Amino acid sequence: MFTYTLRRAGALIPVLLVVSIVVFSLGWLAPGDPARIVLGPEALEADIQKLRDSMGLNETLWYRYLDWISDALRGDLGTSYFLNMPVSTAIGQHFGPTVQLAVLTIIYALVISVPLGTLAARWRGSGFDQGIAGFTLIGLTFPSFVLSLILVIVFSVWLRCLPVAGYRDLFSDPFNGLRYLILPALSLGTIYAALITRTVRASVLDVLKSEYVDAARSRGVSENRLLFAHALRNAGLPIITMIGLSFASLLSGAVVAESIFNIPGIGSLLVNAIERRDYPVLQGVVLFLTLIYLGLNLLVDLLYGIIDPRVRLTGTVAK
Amino acid sequence: MTVFTNTIVGGRGGAFSRAMQNPHLIFGFVIIGCIALAAVVLPGLLGLDSLAVDPLNRLKPPSVAHPLGTDNFGRDLAARILAGASTSLSLATAVTLLAASLGVAVGIVASFSRLLDHVIMRICDGLMAIPALLLALALTATFGPNFSNLVIALVIVFVPGIARLVRARALALRSETFVEAAIAVGASNLHIMVRHIFPNVLSVLAVQVTFIFAETIVIEAALSFLGAGVPPPAPSWGNILYDGKAAITKAPYMVLFASTAIVITVTGLTMIGDGLRDLVDPRMGARLQPGMARRLFGLIRPRTSEGEQQ
Repeated sequence: MFTYTLRRAGALIPVLLVVSIVVFSLGWLAPGDPARIVLGPEALEADIQKLRDSMGLNETLWYRYLDWISDALRGDLGTSYFLNMPVSTAIGQHFGPTVQLAVLTIIYALVISVPLGTLAARWRGSGFDQGIAGFTLIGLTFPSFVLSLILVIVFSVWLRCLPVAGYRDLFSDPFNGLRYLILPALSLGTIYAALITRTVRASVLDVLKSEYVDAARSRGVSENRLLFAHALRNAGLPIITMIGLSFASLLSGAVVAESIFNIPGIGSLLVNAIERRDYPVLQGVVLFLTLIYLGLNLLVDLLYGIIDPRVRLTGTVAK
Repeated sequence: MTVFTNTIVGGRGGAFSRAMQNPHLIFGFVIIGCIALAAVVLPGLLGLDSLAVDPLNRLKPPSVAHPLGTDNFGRDLAARILAGASTSLSLATAVTLLAASLGVAVGIVASFSRLLDHVIMRICDGLMAIPALLLALALTATFGPNFSNLVIALVIVFVPGIARLVRARALALRSETFVEAAIAVGASNLHIMVRHIFPNVLSVLAVQVTFIFAETIVIEAALSFLGAGVPPPAPSWGNILYDGKAAITKAPYMVLFASTAIVITVTGLTMIGDGLRDLVDPRMGARLQPGMARRLFGLIRPRTSEGEQQ
């Protein structure tokens, strides 16, 4: 297990190197002089030069990259041009709402998808199964931002039962916090609900075909017990993978939903940074989200290795 | 009643005649063809101007003069949605063509040199570790939002996936007998790449390219919606959604019409993609998870090992 962990983690090093170069070049390719952006259009030339020196902008590119990466490794992602705080602090402040939204979305997706997928496998080929297939297709062809706008029209404009946009903290005001998060979670979660439903249906079907299910059936185990106690439990592995991957992609996929619903999360931080040309924040957020994604991905891989020892030997996960 | 469905279709059959038997493919092409035709012909025919401002008729619901209503500047929504269609389709065409040609070149070259292969594939891994939407957003924000920068950014986003796919296919082809025969005869590397590898990569590429076309349309809409895509007042579906969101209580039809346009286009492209995939590789049609599902999911998910069909 230890060598497996090392090997999986080691494979990430070249990936991280390339990611760091890409993220660094975002700041370097950006138009305009950072010192001039910080000081504003009416700054004196001498002041700008002084700031350029202290920001290290007069050094060679190579040196600046090494400087940036060694800072980043220590958790220092630079200082925002506009927020008057380190980028890492800004990310910390905005991470809470994003995580709340992501957790709520996953819960919604699971509550919908596990029963639906299992039952679709139970009544394979029936009208119910066809209906589920239709639902998953709709869930997958509607881009989440289109879906969220349609949900806003239906629930906030026509039915007037949910707020259009906004955010309340879930812990200090659970009732209103939930009211504000329902629509974002619905619009983001539907695509995952559709995906997980497909995974659940496929893997339950796989298990139902196996011989021990036949054996249990011939012993007289009831069909429902067979489905939930035998099939669903053993179909868990692909489902866990799917949940892990979904959660990881949710954190970055929430960018659009957050800006539609004015949720002060990582996505809003990113969109505001783009509007204000705040490149350190832009770089920091891209790096942070990519790292989170790669980290969670690694975690899923390792979990796989723990649950299924065969994976450790071949080294790759059959997805 | 279904006696004739079991008739064996002889031999290879023309690609065209096989395509004609594929309802998904035909239906998808009809949808996209109609949209493209409407975007080219209708604005001139009906004298629609997507930029003409009419402040007296702001946010008017659909009427005879304005079949889809007007937006927050009093511009005709039908004209803007049609013009948005040509923005989306031309952007998607440019991105797809550039990304495909670059990706094929990189992928084939990588399959011919071990050292180059390592370097290129690690770069691809790194680029694909950043979620597509996030990378596109960061790149357009850095380059500055305009049409050609959008093309460059999206090409950077999509080339790694194509390169990986082409490389995997090219590596598999290199051990085929006909390529070994060409090597034995003394054909040059360039000759093998152009005459033997390239034509055989095209079938896999065709499927991939359709999905990239659809993804480009969705990403463009998302980027414009976030203010990092086609800059206003130029018409684009994302810009219409952005304006529509601000006026969502007064004029929900703005969002509804623009969303419908996006969903119909994506559905049409999905049908083409799935149809093409059945045509290229009939076995894959039986898979439970259609390609498009994975592709759309991949927009927000980093694409570590996706796109390789080995």
